[in-house]
Amino acid sequence: MTHDQSFTNQKFKVVGTRVNRPDGVDKVTGRAKYGADATAPGQLVGLFLRSPHAHARIKKIDTSKAEKLKGVKAVITSADLPDHTNGALLDKLTNCMARDRVLYDGHAVAAVAAIDRQTAKKALKLIKVSYEVLPHVTDVDEAMKPGAPIVQPGTKTRGVDPKPTKDSNVAGVSTFGHGDLDAGFKEADVIIEKSYKTEQTHQGYIEPHACLASVGPDGSGELWVTTQGHYTYRTDCAALLGMDLAKLKVTSSEIGGGFGGKTHVWIEPIALALSRKANRPVKAVMTREEVFKASGPTCSTSMDIKIGVKKDGTITAGSAHIRYQDGAFPFIWGQLGAMTAFACYDLKNVQAVGYDVLVNRPKVAAYRAPSAPMAAFGVESTMDLLAEAIGMDPVELRIKNAAKEGTKASYGPTYGPIGIGPTLEAAKNHPHMKTKLKKNQGRGMACGFWFNFGGQTCTDINIGSDGTVNLSLGTVDVGGSRASMSLICAEELGIPYEQVKANVADTSSLGHNDTTEGSRGTFSSGMATIFAAREAIEELKNRAAQMWDIPVEEIEWIDGEARAVGQQHDNLPPLTLKEIAAKAAGTGGPIAGHNEVVADGAGVSFASHICDVEVDPETGGTKVVRYTVIQDAGKAIHPDYVEGQFQGGAAQGIGWALNEEYIYGEDGTLQNAGFLDYRIPVCSDLPFIDTQILEIPNPNHPYGIRGVGETSIVPPLAAIGNAVSNAAGVRMTHVPMSPPRILKAIEDAGA
Amino acid sequence: MTGVLVDTTVNGDAVQFACPTDETLLDSLRDRVGLTGVKEGCGTGDCGACSITLDGQLVCSCLVLGVEANGSEIGTVEGLADSESLHPLQEQFINHAALQCGICTPGFLVAAKALLDKNKDPSEEQIRYALAGNLCRCTGYDKIVRAVQAAAKDLRKKKK
Repeated sequence: MTHDQSFTNQKFKVVGTRVNRPDGVDKVTGRAKYGADATAPGQLVGLFLRSPHAHARIKKIDTSKAEKLKGVKAVITSADLPDHTNGALLDKLTNCMARDRVLYDGHAVAAVAAIDRQTAKKALKLIKVSYEVLPHVTDVDEAMKPGAPIVQPGTKTRGVDPKPTKDSNVAGVSTFGHGDLDAGFKEADVIIEKSYKTEQTHQGYIEPHACLASVGPDGSGELWVTTQGHYTYRTDCAALLGMDLAKLKVTSSEIGGGFGGKTHVWIEPIALALSRKANRPVKAVMTREEVFKASGPTCSTSMDIKIGVKKDGTITAGSAHIRYQDGAFPFIWGQLGAMTAFACYDLKNVQAVGYDVLVNRPKVAAYRAPSAPMAAFGVESTMDLLAEAIGMDPVELRIKNAAKEGTKASYGPTYGPIGIGPTLEAAKNHPHMKTKLKKNQGRGMACGFWFNFGGQTCTDINIGSDGTVNLSLGTVDVGGSRASMSLICAEELGIPYEQVKANVADTSSLGHNDTTEGSRGTFSSGMATIFAAREAIEELKNRAAQMWDIPVEEIEWIDGEARAVGQQHDNLPPLTLKEIAAKAAGTGGPIAGHNEVVADGAGVSFASHICDVEVDPETGGTKVVRYTVIQDAGKAIHPDYVEGQFQGGAAQGIGWALNEEYIYGEDGTLQNAGFLDYRIPVCSDLPFIDTQILEIPNPNHPYGIRGVGETSIVPPLAAIGNAVSNAAGVRMTHVPMSPPRILKAIEDAGA
Repeated sequence: MTGVLVDTTVNGDAVQFACPTDETLLDSLRDRVGLTGVKEGCGTGDCGACSITLDGQLVCSCLVLGVEANGSEIGTVEGLADSESLHPLQEQFINHAALQCGICTPGFLVAAKALLDKNKDPSEEQIRYALAGNLCRCTGYDKIVRAVQAAAKDLRKKKK
């Protein structure tokens, strides 16, 4: 059955209410089971040996002593893993376990499975690795210089003409835009050109990567794992290890935060390999140090932004060159950054170039609207400088140039109905904008964009004989989506929310679902839930037709019950879902609804943030005193969890803007791989975070839903940068704006 | 494993376990007593996910050895609810959507209870400082602080 995904402006009964989440009791009582909370009979402890060097050739690994230690059941190195040389999966496997070279501090070189942690630790100490230390590079600008150590020999820069012949750390160059830059800059009355830097940060999910892997000699296996995409983990693990998809059951545990960091496999294929070798279940849990060193933080960047403007505030041209460090393995982070840089604006002449640069740091993974916050920091800081230069209010300058329906986006497509203008107008009119600032305080604002994503989705609805409904989802619940999906299911079926129980199905129980990334959970699973419920309703009507012995065409489904339509049926009382379900055994068996869909048309998302800070000129310390998030949600299914996404993204952005950074030593090793020295915001660092939800319906979703999870982290770096610059009286161009950087900027300005 | 026998009271019940001398109380509680509501987020006392009370004191169980708990009374999130009904903090965390992923929630609940046991009517600032040892990466703490304020109010009403 095909379903129409266009927006219909329906009135909702339960969607939009603030119900309690179905997994709430489990999570406040300690019953909810996360990645590290599962056990299996006879399970072993899996631990990893990791490189102490930023870059080195592995001359030899001697595991013989470790293997002989009593209680050790398996030791593996890359030699025990399939050879994917020249294959598409080589990078993935090489990142999970180094082959000939280690490419960053923390890169895994061997793993052991033993009867307990103490034995496994002892075994790691008995593994002898001989390294030949190689020159390393960890800074993105240094890595681009001629003569820099080459991180991945054989890398030729993609996206340049003519095709290069020499190896480079620049894996790719991606250019987006339109118009004539030179002509545009000639029209400008004022041109601002500025360089910016942002440091590397980590998603900082509180739950470390963890899994329980079990593979038998028959090639069948199970993996219990904390992940944003158990189907993707299944695909990757099966392909890496040569297993059949159907014979590897992956169950997504409760997930203790991901933010993009749990979209890749890290320890999981190795845990499966250990289990296969030992023929016993293996539990592997990363330490926090391992999470920092050997999972996937986001890029550090360096960029040059140039924007020209007329005195009346019309932007005539904008250009950006943004260099993203991808870690030791290439991806398209530079491309994504270039696409987002100017997406908020309606520009005639625009060009954004993104560079993907390899360095000796861990493989970068997605972090909430990956690549967009850095580009927004550069562009939105420059916007404030332009506003100041022409004497215009920064919000007005943005409103004047904001993209709207019909604007050709800087990255190509033409926008439908979008929320940038409305969020800016809401910011302009927000009471926050009118409050007075005190001494040493400054206000800043900025806006941000994210694409959002839909993708492959599959959902089941099963109606029990008592009329309660099981909703099986394949997207992972990263922050309350089981509540939102239950609301949607209840809305469609016309039953109370409490009558629905949502669960996240394992890979053997439901068809493929893409990873829960790109803010797709509510958009795509919401769509599949609507369609599955509509199929269930068709079946409920069929059953009612049988019970009444009338044609199904004469039945309507209204408010959770079948109603016979027409005068001839006037004395037939409606049949409720519960009544139909009770008779299911005699009318054709279990009643279900199912849908699989490639959810296209994820609506783009925009936000505007306002921030007040107080900067202590003596210490350089910054306190956020007020923060407001205004974002378009399309339709807020569960407003509490929409607000939660807004607040959480803002808080992560505040940490990124003010404190968080990876600090590498001269030797290329990470100096602050722990929450003490990598300080994320704590409760006493933050104020209440105000939110305002706008609802500009996405035309490509029956309920108008847009993803909301990511955009909230895009504006904060710039909003805080603008606020700090206004408070300190000096332009900040380097994130994080930690006390030493602020003090130095004040000093430099004074000199 | 060469273990030492440890006698404790956990959430009011007598519990005996054996653990190696270098094992953290966090690991003992999770792996030997089976209380996986106590979470490990860092293992270095920085995140508070493993918060418990030890003889009434709020501590990070990752910074205590299992053997040190001998003769002590331990309180974990599993002991918060009073038989059939949830503790007001648990109820208000659900009502206020004060959790997203929920991994930090047990630690926050134990820490918040330790605060409310001492201070029936804490100010926003006192709540924020009392919970500053517990990291949450999802919520920005907004709804957590509001939930604690609401629970404090509930508890004050109950006492009257």
